[in-house]
Amino acid sequence: MKKIINDPATVVVDALHGMAAAHPDLLRVQTDPAVVVRADAAVHGKVAVISGGGSGHEPLHGGFVGMGMLDAACPGPVFTSPTPDQVQAAVTATDGGAGALLLVKNYTGDVLNFETAAELAAAEGTEVRTVLIDDDVAVKDSLYTAGRRGVGGTVLVEKIVGAAAQRGDDLDACEALARRVVAGVRSMGVALTACTVPHVGEPSFTLADDEMEIGIGIHGEPGRQRVPMEPADGIVRHLLDPILEDLPFVEGDRVLLFTNSMGGTPLVELYIAHGIAERLLAERGITVERRLVGPYITSLEMQGMSLTVLRLDDELVELWDAPVHTAALRWGV
Amino acid sequence: MGCSVEGVVAALRSAAEVVTAHRDELVELDRVIGDADHGENLKRGFTALVSKLDLSEPPATPSAALKLAATTLISTVGGAAGPLYGTALLRAATSVGDAAELDAAGVAAALRAALDGVVARGKAEPGDKTMVDALTPAVAAAEAAAASGSTVAEVLSAAADAADEGAASTVPLVARKGRASYLGERSANHLDPGSRSTALLLRSFAESAGGGDR
Repeated sequence: MKKIINDPATVVVDALHGMAAAHPDLLRVQTDPAVVVRADAAVHGKVAVISGGGSGHEPLHGGFVGMGMLDAACPGPVFTSPTPDQVQAAVTATDGGAGALLLVKNYTGDVLNFETAAELAAAEGTEVRTVLIDDDVAVKDSLYTAGRRGVGGTVLVEKIVGAAAQRGDDLDACEALARRVVAGVRSMGVALTACTVPHVGEPSFTLADDEMEIGIGIHGEPGRQRVPMEPADGIVRHLLDPILEDLPFVEGDRVLLFTNSMGGTPLVELYIAHGIAERLLAERGITVERRLVGPYITSLEMQGMSLTVLRLDDELVELWDAPVHTAALRWGV
Repeated sequence: MGCSVEGVVAALRSAAEVVTAHRDELVELDRVIGDADHGENLKRGFTALVSKLDLSEPPATPSAALKLAATTLISTVGGAAGPLYGTALLRAATSVGDAAELDAAGVAAALRAALDGVVARGKAEPGDKTMVDALTPAVAAAEAAAASGSTVAEVLSAAADAADEGAASTVPLVARKGRASYLGERSANHLDPGSRSTALLLRSFAESAGGGDR
């Protein structure tokens, strides 16, 4: 394992200190328990939008803390959900009197810890709502799994709901909007290589040079299917076809296309994939109105990518375009 | 012979040693069908628990010791295991009440309460390839042993033996809860890490109570 770290046990806290040093104008970092909080929190009268999850997905979630997006993020250990006391600390630090909306990726650990935190916060008098994000079409949603995972769609939910809270929408409206975005977003990912969790020290799985893993999550967990490596055209089809069939997205739809790197795939390859996805969508009569391309929800140094497609309407376009000022997303300011 | 608060604290310290000794094994089991954090998370939680036991006033009752363990694990473990083991210990603490000493029936009742808590929180059923597959037969064995007049140590030994068998029974199963469920059929032919840690914890309690191994 070659990584720029001092100690596998202090990776998250060391990174948080560096993040605080890099963005003193945007955010504050609390430790014990670890929370990344918007610099001007709590914002009076505004719904607090809070997310969190395991570390190793940077810039998710801490990189999205700031004006127009998240009020706080709770970073767990690498690939491990945060604990309820972190979530409680985030709720307390951001309580502007309008309640808190917890945006939670659908993983058993995250759900159980946020659920416990919501019960504790409610007992202390803060109105807390939780919306689960489950956009990964690779997982069969049935009685026989923990349900679909939250992946790329999370970034879009956080941006859009953050913008709504910023413009003054109340807790009911923010919650309803979050559910609406979740209902209209689908994602799928592929890995070309595995990644190495610092405290494990070896790759989470191995792929031969001529293989790729389709349907991976964002935790270095294996996917559903291992297939021979293909040119970019084929890889993009493997991701896009199941996404479009699932919702389904149909001719005439207006969409946001998010082409995401898992961390190790460079932008030059990502642009190749994005161009192919745009062409395939155009061929189906689906209009790409907004796009996001880059490493925004990663899996450490994994090579691979994910595609996320969100169905748009006028309100969602307006909220996507609204000003945002965070470490990872910044426009309109 | 019953189990005093000192006995409960000794059992928790014994659990910390066992979890630390088996950290790599649990990480490896989880790496194959999960996300390689189970051993690391439990070690972090039980290490924090030992620090609290070392640094703070000793708990006054078995219930207080179990509650300290519950809150510590909930706030330090993360993952699914934190809330699940935390809830288990919290329900066990409630079940014990203000008793100064636990008898065999009290231990069996605490284990039953722990299982009910895990099922309520995680919503897994037997056969889903989770810690419930180890804990369910363990509770049944503990209750049977307590009903037949066994000691606390014998009750815990019976529970640990049944948990070992329950954990082994997860190998052929296809996971239906937790992160391994995303693998579908590919989760079969692997030991479930949560059921393994449950069996390890019960064995550590049994050995601490003087029950030895089988």
